[in-house]
Amino acid sequence: MMQRNSTNRSDMLVMGLGLLTVAVLTLGIFMAFVYAPSDLAQGNAQRIFYVHVPMAWLAYLAMAVVFVGSVGYMWKRSARMDRLARSSAELGFLFTTLVLITGSLWGRPIWNAWWQWEARLTTTLILWFIFIGYFMVRAYAGDRERGARYAAVLGIIGAIDVPIIHQSVTWWRTLHPEPIVLDTGGPNLPDSMLATLLVCLAGFTLLYAYLMVQKTRIETVRDALAERELTALFAPESETLDRRPVAPVSRNVSGAAED
Amino acid sequence: MDDNLGYLFAAFAVTWLAIAGYLLYIGQQVKGLRDEMQLLDDGDDAAT
Repeated sequence: MMQRNSTNRSDMLVMGLGLLTVAVLTLGIFMAFVYAPSDLAQGNAQRIFYVHVPMAWLAYLAMAVVFVGSVGYMWKRSARMDRLARSSAELGFLFTTLVLITGSLWGRPIWNAWWQWEARLTTTLILWFIFIGYFMVRAYAGDRERGARYAAVLGIIGAIDVPIIHQSVTWWRTLHPEPIVLDTGGPNLPDSMLATLLVCLAGFTLLYAYLMVQKTRIETVRDALAERELTALFAPESETLDRRPVAPVSRNVSGAAED
Repeated sequence: MDDNLGYLFAAFAVTWLAIAGYLLYIGQQVKGLRDEMQLLDDGDDAAT
């Protein structure tokens, strides 16, 4: 009874988070198209900024969470930390793909090129390959524990790429503009553009949080099911007949109990 | 200048389609897990 109540409360919180995400993102899109002024030099293409920058931020954030989860897994061998890392890696792959695509769509009208082998773009592409590698080592490791360990090592080493991506525009001569929000002298863009960007950043960060909650719940249930199937498979026949298998799993996937 | 509207539209469309696709993918995973749980529960009920 208590578990059902806490599950309902947790579901309500997730639903609230989802609704808040939709509201903030809707406001962000409105501001990006209506409130924010057109850039004099770039015209409408500059509005890609309001989706491109949040995607880059989420790619960084996702990799940072992979790093935290990987360190936690290597330190405590905690299945929960592994789930956190692999859930974030999947989202990181999605958002890194989107930052590359939106960057390419912005670069074409401004640089007259879909792609340039310059530092910022190349290091971001490396991050994309790190996310792919993260899932490949899991898939090809053989057993789950070894896969989680290899992936955690890659998640820790791969996180070094994030500060390199961020600093690439100052360390090397690149086509990509230098940071204008995290500039040392403060944000270097009009207030209306900055407000629009901040709303979009907030909305997409909420989206990341919502997707992370859903994804980690799925992974929790998946792990519990795998353990349950494994236990049933290796238990003596009399036990499987006499006892219900271990690891009770909530019927409601969205309200899965944490271990 | 107006030509750039196509790139703007493409960037937003790709982003939202990818996010919508990912939400659908997650929904399919939830459905698959629910089916699997049901199957295991049915198996347990039959065994007891």
